[in-house]
Amino acid sequence: MRLVLKKNDGLLKKIKAISGEDIYACYQCGMCSAGCPMGQEMDLLPNQVIRLLQIGAERQVLHCRTVWLCASCFTCTARCPKGVNLARLMEGVRLFLLRTQKEDHFSPQQMVKEPLPPIALIGALRKFTT
Amino acid sequence: MAEKGKQTMEIAYFPGCTLKNTAKRLETSALGVAKLLGLDLRELPNWTCCGTCFSLAEDNLMKQVAPIRTLSRAASLGYSVITTLCSVCYNTLKQADLFVKSDPKRLKKINTFMEEEANYEGQIAVKHFLTLLDELGEEKIKEAVKHNLNGLKVGCYYGCLLLRPQSIAIDDCEQPQIMERLMKALGAEPVYFPYQVECCGSYHTAVHPEIVARRAYRILENARENGAEIVVTSCPLCYFNLKDRQKNIKEIYSGFKPMKVSYFTEIMADAFGLTKILENG
Amino acid sequence: MRIGVFICHCGRNIAGVVDIKALVDRVSTLENVVYATNEMYLCSDPGQRKIQEVIKEFKLDRVVVAACSPKMHGATFARAIEEAGLNPYLIEIANIREQCSWVHQDLRKIATEKAFKLIKAAVAKVALAKPLEPVYVPLTRKVLIIGGGVAGIQAALDIANGGFEVYLVEKSPTIGGHMAQLDETFPTLDCSACILTPRMVEAARHPNIHLYTYAEVKQVEGVVGSYKVTIEQKPRYVDPEKCTGCGDCAEVCPVIVPNEFDQGLGGRKAIYIPFPQAVPAVYTIDLEHCLNTEKLIVCEQCYKACGPKAINYLMGPKEIEIEVGAIVLATGYDLWPIENLREYGGGEYPDVINGLEFERLLCSSGPTGGVVRRPSDGKIPKRVVFIQCAGSRDPKHGCAYCSKICCMYTAKHALLYKHAVPDGEAYVFFIDVRAAGKRYEEFVQRVMGTDGIKYLRGKVSKVFQRNDKLVVWGVDTLSGVAVEIEADMVVLALPIVPSQGTKELAQMLKAPTDEYGFLSEIHPKLRPVESSMMGIYLAGAVQAPKDIPDSVSQASAAASKVLSLFSNKQLALDPIKAEVDLEKCVGCGECAKVCPFGAITMKKRLDKKKRKYAEVNKALCQGCGCCMAACRKEAIQVEGFTLPQLRAQIYAILDAKPTKVEIKKKEGGNEDKTAIVKPR
Repeated sequence: MRLVLKKNDGLLKKIKAISGEDIYACYQCGMCSAGCPMGQEMDLLPNQVIRLLQIGAERQVLHCRTVWLCASCFTCTARCPKGVNLARLMEGVRLFLLRTQKEDHFSPQQMVKEPLPPIALIGALRKFTT
Repeated sequence: MAEKGKQTMEIAYFPGCTLKNTAKRLETSALGVAKLLGLDLRELPNWTCCGTCFSLAEDNLMKQVAPIRTLSRAASLGYSVITTLCSVCYNTLKQADLFVKSDPKRLKKINTFMEEEANYEGQIAVKHFLTLLDELGEEKIKEAVKHNLNGLKVGCYYGCLLLRPQSIAIDDCEQPQIMERLMKALGAEPVYFPYQVECCGSYHTAVHPEIVARRAYRILENARENGAEIVVTSCPLCYFNLKDRQKNIKEIYSGFKPMKVSYFTEIMADAFGLTKILENG
Repeated sequence: MRIGVFICHCGRNIAGVVDIKALVDRVSTLENVVYATNEMYLCSDPGQRKIQEVIKEFKLDRVVVAACSPKMHGATFARAIEEAGLNPYLIEIANIREQCSWVHQDLRKIATEKAFKLIKAAVAKVALAKPLEPVYVPLTRKVLIIGGGVAGIQAALDIANGGFEVYLVEKSPTIGGHMAQLDETFPTLDCSACILTPRMVEAARHPNIHLYTYAEVKQVEGVVGSYKVTIEQKPRYVDPEKCTGCGDCAEVCPVIVPNEFDQGLGGRKAIYIPFPQAVPAVYTIDLEHCLNTEKLIVCEQCYKACGPKAINYLMGPKEIEIEVGAIVLATGYDLWPIENLREYGGGEYPDVINGLEFERLLCSSGPTGGVVRRPSDGKIPKRVVFIQCAGSRDPKHGCAYCSKICCMYTAKHALLYKHAVPDGEAYVFFIDVRAAGKRYEEFVQRVMGTDGIKYLRGKVSKVFQRNDKLVVWGVDTLSGVAVEIEADMVVLALPIVPSQGTKELAQMLKAPTDEYGFLSEIHPKLRPVESSMMGIYLAGAVQAPKDIPDSVSQASAAASKVLSLFSNKQLALDPIKAEVDLEKCVGCGECAKVCPFGAITMKKRLDKKKRKYAEVNKALCQGCGCCMAACRKEAIQVEGFTLPQLRAQIYAILDAKPTKVEIKKKEGGNEDKTAIVKPR
């Protein structure tokens, strides 16, 4: 399907407010995607998430698996030549979804039933629930 | 009231929840090691959750209250240094500290909110236990060694939270050496393995154990390829993912052979002859 | 006093915003203005003629032009009024374009008001202008060229062929620079040494060129027209007059060290010549590695082997003093240290190398005889990964700029590698391919179309060792796939940075640099080869990253600037210089302290009290005005910008009149100050 481009910066503004990051600083070198440890599990590469946000393709970004797979490991942030904090951007999208949809991405019931280190549980709850 | 002028050697110790739960071995071995080396760690009274994972939202200061309250309490007890054993706690406390220090308005808001606490003024240095050991110096460690590790090939696994973002890194974030220095002092032979700074999958272990298993497999195999007999880490979550997820790895990669995983402090306790502590732990 | 005001429309640039007619009417009423008019394009020939006619017809003695920036046409209008018989300093330009119409496009009324005030201020200032005469300074028609790479050589040859003497100073033992290290050059693939060495020889043999290699510029004093330069000739410990370049000495020398010319990939002896075609073909003892020291001689092997007895262990450094009228800076570039890229294992893995190292591996006269062998084990790499923008276009690493030549040399590297290792594979990671030069795009297309060379769009995140391979983690953003390549060797296109020592040299010459340390040109478009420090010219990569054709063009351009400077009968400098009022000067010396050019010296008066006073060396003074701001007695003023003139300008803009008011006693001071009071 052809994406009809039009002025569409609502999502971008909200994500900027949450994350404090300037998405247009990215010049699409792809270094984030080249080094992302979760890259193989993702449906969109990290640079594609930014690209889609840059061109205003909201729907693709809000429905992707990628933002939920980002574990905030900061590998991309540490190496980004333009100093874009991608980990913050991903969190921005996640928080936008959690806040607007008001429902958990994973509920506590969906988590594995085995003894886990408390930090694993708390971490998952923080990232996946409202 | 605030008790001013602690002895410089006294260091506030923030354990965090996991140290009292799945990572008791990390705590007992570390405290034993610290005692032997003359590091005076004092567990912070009435501590609460560190606030993990560090919140990356610019617009929600509530998420910073937990870590800042911890720092505020340590400060009001007169400490100038707070240390953690858990990488996750270290990362959260340190990032929160930098986050509020970078903007006085944030700090003011949080201080106003925490009216029951003394104002935090950014006077605390957050240091991971590894940094304290590094500052102590190689010689001190070497002196304490009773059973030289005899060239045990150790893969030092850092993961993410000690090294990234760069502002909180305890060492060079691409080619760290701090744990290697320590292992050398114990008589072990650290092996270089590039996956030592790769993410293990972190909290995804709670929802996607298979993803974490795939990550852990690559990390452990990379350590093995480079000659490691054992992988050491400081993070209870990495420890869980690298050790306990080996059963999940086996389900995916049937040929996978187990790999020893241990906390760096356990290896130290071993070398220092503190076996009793380890057994009891 | 009879002032004429000429207001330019500049097409619609000014007239589209400013109400010109209203402006002319108001300006006509100003004091001393006897004539005011407007013109479509004042800078055009008819426009200038109009000014000249009006000057004569209305017997004008001063002129105000309200138009574009004086940087643009200040000189044009000054020349025009001079031709009409006025002193060229009796003109003032009111900049109502850049400083008014262009920046207030939507505010017509306010823009018109501002234009009026700017003109009013110019009228007030020009009313106090004095006729000035140029300052004549001596002109030594010799040039110093610092740096003996291709840019320095080209500039030297052009100026020498123009009939003037050239001193060419190079810090290494040979001229040739980086170009001598290259294998073949893009896009023509002609051999770099083959096209360069004849030029090197020509420069060395040219009767007008004095060549100083293994030498450095120690000190420069003076200004355009007459610089005194001290060159330090480092001791070679070999008499260049006697040395025949036979190489018998190097044969017997027991010390082997890495050869800088081969980027450390090959070896040389402690007595050496960088490469066989070096100019001059004279051997040099590198005392840092020689077994002998300045005080102790323990090895005489080379001395014994030398037939013409050219070796002299007792040689010391020598200082040479010369006088020149202009200086060309051609100090070139270095590559940014590879160790900065920890994520690529720079400095950690021997097979992660830089572009110049790869050139040496390709070169038939290089350390591997032109067989591409990797540094770690000498094996022929069957899979090579090239990473472009490895540090360039990377603000986080401090190099936000594009290094310009890497796209082309990487394409060339990949192609030459395929020529050398036909069954090898080459991968090029790029963000953009910038091939904007004559036949460059065609060349890149040829490379991309060559079997076995794959261009991947994206930046590499990490390189690490796996057994004897280098694992490269990259991405191809065009297909949206993260990739892994097991390579035998990785070549990084590192940023081009100003060569070591450029900063110190620029400071010595007071020539400004940009934030990266490259020398700044006076105008990026119209005056790209001149430093804002008059008499200093720029050639090659000292100004910005450049390839060979650009460096050579710029060198020739710098040479032509020097030649046109030298074609003057005498050197006339703008008389915008500081002037001391001896009656007011109390000899406090503040002006001398703040002068950035060392143009002011304190002298003693000949009277009984022997009081001090300031004296300005007009040749050194650049008219910056620091002294004027520092002087508490208003005793030193820059001609053309005197305090009364500047005050008149300010009062005119503020519609104010100067009134002397007593400022009440403050701690430690009781001074008269002039305050500005608005009229009621």
